[in-house]
Amino acid sequence: MDHFPTNWGRPRNDAFDAYGTYPIAQRPYNGPKDTFETGVQRTQQPIVTGTSVLALKYKDGIMMAADNLASYGSLARFKDVERLHSVGNNTVIGAGGDMSDFQYIQSILDSLMIEEFTAQDGHSLGPSEIHEYLSQVMYSRRSKMDPLWNSLIVGGFKDGKRFLSYVDLLGTTYSSSTLATGYGSYIAQPLLRKAVEGYEDVLTEEQAEKIITECLKVLFYRDARSLNKYQIATITAKGVHISESRSMETTWSFAEGIRGYGSQTQ
Amino acid sequence: MPDMVSLSRGNSQQFNTPYSENGGTILAVAGSKFCVIAGDTRKSNAYNNETRYAPKLFRLTDKAVIAVNGFAADGNMFVNKVKQQLEWYRHGHARDMPLYEIARLLQTMLYARRFFPYYVSTILSGIEEDGTGAVYTFDSVGSYERDTCRVAGAAQSFMQPYMDNQVHYRSQRSAHGSSRPTQLPLSNVLSLVMDSFASATERNAEVGDGIEIYVVLAKGSSVQGLEKVPGAQEMTATGDGERVFVVRRNLRKD
Repeated sequence: MDHFPTNWGRPRNDAFDAYGTYPIAQRPYNGPKDTFETGVQRTQQPIVTGTSVLALKYKDGIMMAADNLASYGSLARFKDVERLHSVGNNTVIGAGGDMSDFQYIQSILDSLMIEEFTAQDGHSLGPSEIHEYLSQVMYSRRSKMDPLWNSLIVGGFKDGKRFLSYVDLLGTTYSSSTLATGYGSYIAQPLLRKAVEGYEDVLTEEQAEKIITECLKVLFYRDARSLNKYQIATITAKGVHISESRSMETTWSFAEGIRGYGSQTQ
Repeated sequence: MPDMVSLSRGNSQQFNTPYSENGGTILAVAGSKFCVIAGDTRKSNAYNNETRYAPKLFRLTDKAVIAVNGFAADGNMFVNKVKQQLEWYRHGHARDMPLYEIARLLQTMLYARRFFPYYVSTILSGIEEDGTGAVYTFDSVGSYERDTCRVAGAAQSFMQPYMDNQVHYRSQRSAHGSSRPTQLPLSNVLSLVMDSFASATERNAEVGDGIEIYVVLAKGSSVQGLEKVPGAQEMTATGDGERVFVVRRNLRKD
């Protein structure tokens, strides 16, 4: 029963059921939304995090490395996380920072690659396009004050050219022949620079791997949120290769001789 | 501006500020028929040197070069938007935007973000429609003025007084009977620029690694000694008469 005299004698509005007697199909609204109306949710702190990512340019291409740890604050929570992700056959992304945001980035990149593939025009997205896309995404998220809390290294090899660049949660980007995120930028970057700067076109894969493993070892000794299980990725003319997880040998026996450490009491 | 990551209670980080400072310094000098605009290439973040080569200077047209210094992500995004506006102008007006118009455009673009600014100091430099060199300086929200010589960035307080003294002879008394040259030739300006950056590199941790210098020459002016500068590359794209050159040099890397 319609109680409103203004509606009497007028056409019935079938989109509106005043008494909820039957379900009415609603078309989804895809227009502009007011952020505050939908309830504001913003990333304010990273929860499950990955630590450093290292990368360098060598003769044949790019080499990147990251350990397999995702920490939950001080707890070493997940020890088999792959923080190096390949995008197509020319690019690898390494991520430090919040791992859920990284998983989201992986899914949007996968969708992007599929969309690009369906165009079937013979073009595929290379490392510089992936990097540019990511830097736009990261910058626009920070401009909404809702960042994807990651420090990403994008490395790749396409059309004979090596590409290595960084992008982070503020949208800051830079490029260099050696890159490192997190604690790596303090501990590993000086070692990488010393070994690589000037020799980018001369270093072989074995030499590059030796440098990177050395840096990972130092990081495991000094970064309290790192792990001795890691992966190394290479991107060359042959494509992307991400290694299986490897462990590294470290010696902690020195602690026995130090008072306060090891099992020795004063 | 404080580093955006802070460790409060426990180990949680906070998103305190959407900005960070990438250091570096930019400088521009206008001559009568040329202008010189220079910037170092180091990009730093707090105590980290992130890269030795990150360009801060961009050629907009054959008459205009822009330099942005401050928060590099904002700077790069801002320059991309300016370039897009200039491209639309080219399509709509069948010519490049003149320098004073670009200056006004930068003001409106910067002020449009008055309540979430682009955290950059901008210097626009080039050749005006009447063939003279010009330098326009902007603050982060669009206030601007035309100048002859301006420095912005980390080493501003080192280099601006030096340039005032050497270019405008401020705080100098000329020797009895002699007169000062009114127009500095290009080679003098280039030496001044190199010297001031080299000195700033010595004393300021955020300046160094390399310097990139753009020289814009007015239509009809000679190359003014640029052909003797080793490594000078021409970047002129149109045939209107103005010419743009870029020179790169090393600065101390420590």
